[in-house]
Amino acid sequence: MTQIQQINRLAGGARVDSDGVINFTYNGRPMQGVSGDTLASALLANGVDVVGRSFKYGRARGIVGHGAEEPNAIMQIGSGASSVPNLKATQVELYEGLESAPVNGWPSVDFDLMSIAGFFSRLMPPGFYYKTFMYPAKLWMTYEHFIRRAAGLGRSPVGDDPDSYDKLNQHADVLVIGAGPAGLMAAREAARAGARVMIVDEQSEFGGSLLASTQTIENRSASAWVDLMVAELKTFANLQMLPRSTAFGYYDHNFIGILERRSDHLSLSAATGSRQRLHRVRAKRVVLATGAFERPLVFAHNDIPGVMQASSVSTYVNRYGVAPGSRMVLFTCNDSAYQTALDWHGAGRTVVAIVDSRAEPNGAMLAAVEALGMEVMLGCAVIEAQGGKRVKRALVAPINAQGTEVVGSVQRIACDLIACSGGWSPAIHLSSHTGAKPQWDEAIVGFKPGTSTQQECSAGACAGTYRLSECFAEGAQAGAQAAHKSGFGSGVGLFPQPPVEEHDEYPQQALFLVPHTQRSTRAPSQFVDMQLDVTAGSIEIAVREGFESIEHIKRYTALGFGTDQGKLGNINGMAILAKALGQSMAETGTTIFRPAYTPTTFGAIAGRDIGELFDPQRHTAMHRWHLARGAEFEDVGQWKRPWYYPRSRASGGVESLREAVDRECLAVRNSVGILDASTLGKIDIQGPDTAEFITRMYTNSYLKLAPGKCRYGVMLKEDGMIFDDGVCACLGDNHYLMYTTTGGAAGVLAWLELWQQTEWPDMQVYFTSVTDHWSTATISGPNARRVLAKVCDDIDLDRQAFGFMDWRDGTVAGVAARVFRISFTGELSYEINVPAHYGRHLWEALIAAGEAFDITPYGTESMHVLRAEKGFIIVGQDTDGSMTPADMNMDWVVAKNKTFSFIGKRSLQRSDALRDQRKQFVGLKPLNPNDVLPEGAQVVFDPQQPIPMSMQGHVTSSYYSANLGHAFALAVIKGGINRMGQVVHCPLADGRILAAEIVSSVFYDPEGARQHVE
Amino acid sequence: MLLIHCPHCREDREEEEFSYNGEAHIVRPLDPESLSDEAWGDYLFFRKNPRGVHREMWYHAVGCRRYFYAARNTLSYEILHTYCVGEKPQIDAANEGAGA
Repeated sequence: MTQIQQINRLAGGARVDSDGVINFTYNGRPMQGVSGDTLASALLANGVDVVGRSFKYGRARGIVGHGAEEPNAIMQIGSGASSVPNLKATQVELYEGLESAPVNGWPSVDFDLMSIAGFFSRLMPPGFYYKTFMYPAKLWMTYEHFIRRAAGLGRSPVGDDPDSYDKLNQHADVLVIGAGPAGLMAAREAARAGARVMIVDEQSEFGGSLLASTQTIENRSASAWVDLMVAELKTFANLQMLPRSTAFGYYDHNFIGILERRSDHLSLSAATGSRQRLHRVRAKRVVLATGAFERPLVFAHNDIPGVMQASSVSTYVNRYGVAPGSRMVLFTCNDSAYQTALDWHGAGRTVVAIVDSRAEPNGAMLAAVEALGMEVMLGCAVIEAQGGKRVKRALVAPINAQGTEVVGSVQRIACDLIACSGGWSPAIHLSSHTGAKPQWDEAIVGFKPGTSTQQECSAGACAGTYRLSECFAEGAQAGAQAAHKSGFGSGVGLFPQPPVEEHDEYPQQALFLVPHTQRSTRAPSQFVDMQLDVTAGSIEIAVREGFESIEHIKRYTALGFGTDQGKLGNINGMAILAKALGQSMAETGTTIFRPAYTPTTFGAIAGRDIGELFDPQRHTAMHRWHLARGAEFEDVGQWKRPWYYPRSRASGGVESLREAVDRECLAVRNSVGILDASTLGKIDIQGPDTAEFITRMYTNSYLKLAPGKCRYGVMLKEDGMIFDDGVCACLGDNHYLMYTTTGGAAGVLAWLELWQQTEWPDMQVYFTSVTDHWSTATISGPNARRVLAKVCDDIDLDRQAFGFMDWRDGTVAGVAARVFRISFTGELSYEINVPAHYGRHLWEALIAAGEAFDITPYGTESMHVLRAEKGFIIVGQDTDGSMTPADMNMDWVVAKNKTFSFIGKRSLQRSDALRDQRKQFVGLKPLNPNDVLPEGAQVVFDPQQPIPMSMQGHVTSSYYSANLGHAFALAVIKGGINRMGQVVHCPLADGRILAAEIVSSVFYDPEGARQHVE
Repeated sequence: MLLIHCPHCREDREEEEFSYNGEAHIVRPLDPESLSDEAWGDYLFFRKNPRGVHREMWYHAVGCRRYFYAARNTLSYEILHTYCVGEKPQIDAANEGAGA
């Protein structure tokens, strides 16, 4: 295959190394660039005009800019799992073997089915999504699929990201963002003052606009001066320099997110270590030196490839040694762009004409170009570009002084490049992130940063200061001040100002929309936002349709919604809106820029917090035993709890959940089971006021609970709703152990601390989380006492001596243990607690002791079934934060005569808590014994009622019970306690309606006899 | 992300160590039973939502486990000062209002 030659590459003089040839592919075509190129400069060198198709109309688009502002050249880089979509070609450094393809332009950039839409552009008005694709709603998926595919928003890689990413937490006295003229000076002054300084810049090398400048500084070329300056900065040990690093977000309290690209500019084989780093920087002071973007000029068909920003043309010529064309028309409303004509001329190319919208500019720049014999057309504008895949000519006409009307005949000028400059817009994005409201400044024709409450200042072009000498001075001052305010230096700059060769500029003209012979809504499209195909006419139409606010216009037209966040188009769009509304720019205001400044990879944000490190897992001491027995696990908070223990079936295969749970439940009821209950929250509470304190927190009283005794309690929030429950044991005088639900442990501890610290600080009571200090094995079933007796001989296990709701100290399996005779299954149960390290030993000793009784390990699912058979609630499953104890039929747990009005008590008397028809806790017995009602199913009284039906409650827990021989459920139903025996219905999403009878919530052993077996 | 000075630890720590606990200085009525439903409802549910300085409670959840108070500007998120339970704020409300 023949290589495409670098037809637009200039010989020498630029910052690229023209001998360092780099091979890359674009759309599968092999091409060559040189070391120092960006993908954009290499594509231009190879004469590539069209790099994408536009979002809405499918128009051919070319490279417009040279940095973060580029709206068109959006690329998919690489292939396979490392592939990255939506990178700007202007920000991708070329490396050997780079693969690139435009994201916009299915099925191909050069021949695009969607370009047919261009013929129908008048049928696609602003808000076309809303208008065209609203109905029928079911077709939306089809529309969206088509639109997305056609618009080509890039392709996410399908495989796991093979790269690694790091996060660094950093601190700085002074953070300088941007290493152009102002930033370099700021960093040098701050570092010299002794502050800890970071300076970051998104480009591959420091220097910013100076890298493409032809100005002379300290008798050197700007480029050479930058090299000296960077070398000087490297001598400061207290200065950290981060190139290829984008400060993408400025967050509260001077917290800045910075994305450092470590290896994106290297070929895959050369890359080592992490691909990107996220620096999370907390800075005492921030100096914003983020520069400015050149504003495009909005004229008809200003999107044809070959229409470029003037400063970008200069950058390609001066920095990259690429001349993107041969015959240029320069169109400007200010002096700064004249430099582009000089640069173009210097590159040996032809400047066909300079079109200046100002009638009588008068400055050194005008004189300079006229001295070279260039044709300057004053008081004129390029009102339209013509051409297909490349500009062929410019239509130039005289305009009036206000820049609002064409006032003479149109002249056609042949050219292949139109370089444009509409003046400059400060890059106020990061300043805006702080909440500072941008201020319109007529003098610079742009928004300046507003005042912010953060510890920051803006210097240089991003503050609206464009003269190089002033940028130097402002940067130096900002750096010295920032250092001073963070405790270093006097606040006065220490370095002399570098002498600069510069001249005065003649004032620019504010020209946001170039007039055409036809009005905007009739003229050929005048593009404001190229990435999203927003035209001047569409903004005017939006105003005509009644939109007034810039924020609404933005959403209606999609102005500034692209991945470039309207860095080029926004100001022109706002000005066109302001004019249509008859307002000033200050009145119209601007939309708010938000992070991220440029797209940021999720990989960097996630860093190493992926896979196993995403969230820690908590394992009990018995975890490996459960693993070895093939347990399936359930996540309970961060805990991994055994869910059930499937065994091999005699008939082959492995038990299902239902089979295992049936077997486990029968074993507990008929002999004995064992449960790992280590995860239950445990809070050790001590202090002379403990009994009084916990009596205020629980609904019942603990004042008379003696050592050796336990009590079940319910905690309410102050609104009277159940918040947590558990058993609390009196361990000794002024010493208690409170159990909480597994998921509620941290919340309960914070709740106790809250009341002690803020409401009753005089009460002497101290809380310590001891959840992880203890391992707990619960043995449950009629043979539980016999099992325990085999491994414990120093506790009198007699059922009278060690009664229900007692606890004892003793030795179990040779280990000092606390044994609680409490039960969540309704069977005789012992919860045996040993120091956590003995957990596995205890467990195995109990398994061995229980062998004769076929002791059966059971998991959370069986535990849920067994407790539900007894009607015991699970807070958070059967309750949902809107249930009082009375709703749960648990009035017995509320002490009526406590002297202190416990937390939540008053709320139980609120009219809402007392009203009829609150949802109440009941059992449901499905009429078909095998119907397991889905948990969460809605309950209705009349299944024939037309939709919407009256919801009367819902199912909270539902299982099949092997012990009962039928399915059963717990539910909360309006007025349910007085509806015993009534039949209710659960209409399901699949159309079935399951019927069930309201019964008592206690299905098994209602007398509670089983926990007292011999 | 906020940088919060824990008055108990006497250190500036990242927001992720703390949890927010709503409006500060809400005193529990001494005799809840004597209150009307409306008055009790006010205590339970009604909170200030000022544009400007707000007195709020924070919990140093993964630090010292102490609750403390903060005067925070709800517009700028600036934390004017933090202080321990039982301490008097260093600035009075009038001064804060002027600064907001």
